[in-house]
Order: sequence, then C-alpha cells, then structure tokens
Amino acid sequence: MGAAMIRLRLPHCGIHVILIAGSAVMLAPFAWQFLTSVKSLNEATQVPPTLWPTQWIWTNYSDVFIHIPYAMMYLNTVLYAIIRTAGQLLFCSAAAYAFARLRFPGRGLIFAVCLSALMIPPELFILSQYQIMKGLGWLNTLQALFTPTIFSAFGTFLLRQFFVSLPIDVEEAARLDGCGPFQIYWRVMLPLAKPGLVALGILTVIAAWSDLLWPLIVNTQPQKMTLAVGLATLQGEFTVNYPVIMAAALIATAPLVLVFLFMHRRVVEGIAMSGSKG
Amino acid sequence: MNTHSGLAAGRSRSPRSFSARKVMSIRQGEIMWGYILIAPTVIGLGVFYLWPVVQTLYISMTKQGPFGGSSWVGISNFERLATPEFGQSLLNTLGYTAIVVFLGVPVATVLAAMLSTTKLRFRVFYRAAFFIPVITLPAAIGVLWRWIYNTDYGILNQILRFFGLNGSSWISDPNIALYSIAMVGVWMTVGYNIVIIAAGIQEVPAWYHEAAMLDGAGAVRRFFSITLSAISPTLFFVTVLAMIKALQVFDIVYLMVGDTSPAFDRVKPIVYYFYQSGFIENDKGFAAAVAIVLFILIASLTGVQFWIQKKWVQR
Repeated sequence: MGAAMIRLRLPHCGIHVILIAGSAVMLAPFAWQFLTSVKSLNEATQVPPTLWPTQWIWTNYSDVFIHIPYAMMYLNTVLYAIIRTAGQLLFCSAAAYAFARLRFPGRGLIFAVCLSALMIPPELFILSQYQIMKGLGWLNTLQALFTPTIFSAFGTFLLRQFFVSLPIDVEEAARLDGCGPFQIYWRVMLPLAKPGLVALGILTVIAAWSDLLWPLIVNTQPQKMTLAVGLATLQGEFTVNYPVIMAAALIATAPLVLVFLFMHRRVVEGIAMSGSKG
Repeated sequence: MNTHSGLAAGRSRSPRSFSARKVMSIRQGEIMWGYILIAPTVIGLGVFYLWPVVQTLYISMTKQGPFGGSSWVGISNFERLATPEFGQSLLNTLGYTAIVVFLGVPVATVLAAMLSTTKLRFRVFYRAAFFIPVITLPAAIGVLWRWIYNTDYGILNQILRFFGLNGSSWISDPNIALYSIAMVGVWMTVGYNIVIIAAGIQEVPAWYHEAAMLDGAGAVRRFFSITLSAISPTLFFVTVLAMIKALQVFDIVYLMVGDTSPAFDRVKPIVYYFYQSGFIENDKGFAAAVAIVLFILIASLTGVQFWIQKKWVQR
C-alpha cells in the first residue's frame, strides 16, 4: 500500500521539482531587486556581494521622490489608467452591444472596418496621432495620454463576442416590458456582461500601466510623465545608483502585483478569456 | 383596422397588439440607438487609428520640415532604408522574435501541461509565480535585468564566479547581448502563454486521457500523443500572438541597453529605429517608411504562419 502510494506520487514529485525551480527563476530576481533596494550604494557594489543587507537603508525609497517628480508621475499613471479603462469600458461596451444585438444598415461593414484596426501595429498610427496631439496643443497633458487610447478595436471585439454568447431570452423579456435599446443595454446587458467587463478592465489597466512608447513620445516634461517613462529617465540620468533605481522600479511595480494577489483568479480568467475569444 | 389595433396597443402591453406604426418606431429606435452606441468608437477609431494609417502612408512619401511644412519625395524614404544599419535592426528583431517564439512557446507549453496535472498541490502558487512578470511593467523589468546582468556587480556573474566560472558582459558584449535580452523576453512572456495554453488544455475532454491510460500510456506519452494535437489551435494562436508582440519589441531594449553601449547596434530593434528616426532625429517621413516596412513584415510573417498551420493544426 505504502509503496503504491509512493509510486503514484513519484511523477508529481518530478513535476514539483521543475515547477519549484521555475518559480525560483521567476521570483528570485524580484527578491534580489528588493534586497538591493535597501542596501547602501557601497554595499550593493561590493565584491563578493552580501545577500542580506548589513544595514537597511529605507531612505532609498524616499530618495526616489527627491531626484525626479515621482509622486506626480505616480498620479499621472493612476489617472491615465483609470480614465483609459473607464473610457474603454463605456465606449467599447456600447459599440459591442450594438454590433452584437441591434440591427441597423451597414452593421457588418462598419464592424469589419473597425476590426481592421486590430491588425495594425501601433507604429503605423503613432506618428499621425502625435501630430494630432501637437496640432491640438496637447503635448505634455494628461489628455494626450488617454485620448486615443480610450477607443479600442480589441475591447470592442472582445465584448462583442461576449454579448453574442449571452442568452437572448432576458433581452426579449425586457423588450416586451417596454424597455428601449438603451435601457436594455444599460440596465440588462451591462450587468450580465460583468465578467467580460472585468476582463477588459484588467487588461486595460495593465496595458496603461506598462505603456512606454506613447507616453514617451507625447509627454516629455518630467511633471507630465508616467512611471514607465520616469523609470527610463531615472535610469538614463542616474545609471550608477542601483539601490535607488531598484527602489523606484519596485514602487512602480507594487500596486499591480498587490491587486493581482487579491484578484488572482479574476486576472487569470480575464487573460484566458481574451485568449480564447480575442 | 389601423385605428383599432392602435387603440388595443394603447390599452394592453401584449406584443400581438403592436400597431404597424409602433413596430416601425421600435425599428427606427433600434436603428437610431445602434448608430448612437457605435458612434464614439467608430469616430474614435476612424480619427485616431484608421485615418492615421492613411496619413502615415502619405507622410512616408514626404520630407517633413521641423515647422510643419512638407515636400513630396516619392519613394526616396524607402530607398534610404537600404542601409546595413537598417538591415542589422531587421536581423536583431527577427533574432529576438525567433528566440521568444521558438523557445518561449515550447517552454510555456510544457509548464502549462505540468500545471494542468490533476490534483497538483500548490498549483495556485506556481501559476502566480509565473504570472508576476506579466503584470510587471516592462520598464521595471528592463531596469531589474540590467542590474542582474551587470558585468561587475550583477548577481548572475557573482553566482558564476562563486562556482569558479568566468562571467560575461551579458548586455554590453555585442555577440551575446541579443540572446541575453531575448532570455528576458522569454522570462516575461512565459506566464501569459501558460495561462492561454492551460485554458486550452482544460478543454481537452478527460476521456481522451482516460482511454489512453487504459491503454497504458504514461504522462509523457499522453502529452505528446493527446495534449499536443488537441491544443494545436491554441498553440497556433499563442505562436501568432507571441510573434506579433516580439516583432514590436521596444521597452526592454530601451531600458536595458543605452545608445552608448558597444552592443547597441547589435540589439537595436525596428521599433527603436522608428522611435529614434521619428522623435529624436525628427525625420518623420523616414520613420513612417520604417513603420510601413514593419507592418509588411508582421503581415507577411503572420500570413506565412496561417499558411503553415494547415500542416500542423488539427481541426
């Protein structure tokens, strides 16, 4: 009996060895990053290295805010993520519902044209988007960050697929109760589409938080930068102070990781859904 | 007749008594709301995505002056692309992409299959560990790995020295920098690929495996003969997606290798070239030509993928 148990467990044992090694490769860099972030510059550049800091220099974290306007960059990033996500959820869901359920002339053609935006790499529209922002006098503003990005062909497509898969009975019932198209969309379908909205919301927050090229191009004043661009600037000006740069990177990373740890299942399901439907 | 049913519709909410006029107005309401609901997205996509593509095609045929003037130069921007420098950045991009796709996707597939083992303990922990780089901003990942790869103080060389090995200048040696960066590319995308592939594995009917187990097939055998062919559509999707993203690599290279590094020319990807010519050297016409070439590259490689998939994807 005991031998049989061990034999059954054995393959799992091999799997665990590989997965633990893999997890270590994924997590150790972050642990090393954290340990560096609380060392003095001397200790961080000492050969051979110390693993555990002899002295915990927490001021590296506050130093980040002295060297660059990191608090402003933080605020910019949070606002950018919130407005871009809220805008996409609203506009994409509205269009997605109409494309999925309302019948109007030209629907298929208009949808196909919108979908074509999915296949275009950003470099192909960034130049022109930049010129639009410049023409509006919006360079170095918050609205330059979010204006183009509150519209999304991907989000519209993802939510449309979601609406199409919802049962039509509820909608019919609401229609017989005298609800108009807008009420059905707003009161009936949006609540039903919550898993799809959550998935799109998560993906959009991650995208906004990570975005580098667009913010780098439109907002070049430190006060208007996002965290990703701030990190690049810090790295460029300040290459040798590794502990402070590591602290800055961790401060920028922390919120999304915390959100992920609390909403782990939703995030993973959201990504999986975008994979199977997008 | 019309009046009669109109009255009936007024009194009762039964669907049968809707008048023709009422039906018409409901239909018009549907059409009207359809246009209203799609309007923001259609206008937004048109103004900020589709029209800019046309605009970029035009820009690529012009020379843009610094103060807004432009002159027609035909295809000379494209002719200027025939340089060793652009050829090198094309090679860099393709090399990076090849590693991220052909190493990254198989690694993710094996890990996803392991993570899908029934009754596996600590599954949630493992999945979270692999996923954390996916939610970390690439700029922070670049900063982190630049430090790990540091020739003098980086932990990687310190570990190698501990085992009596010589370290390397991972990201400043022109001959290996691209590989070092591509490894980070694999590291940061593996979690995303795992999630998509694991979702595909979930959909493989359990009786496939049960039947094979009755025939005495072990886990490895079942992975190759059942799982791989059953998830081939998912693998195709992941491969195409990973390839399209890798061809547009920019962030981690921008953060990991400075433009003064000796390895810079050997790692500079096309999007960096685009950024540099368009926004640092302010040569927008040339940058537009770079963007168009990148689009053609992405489109044709995706096309090739779709053509090859007929040979290996099981439907």
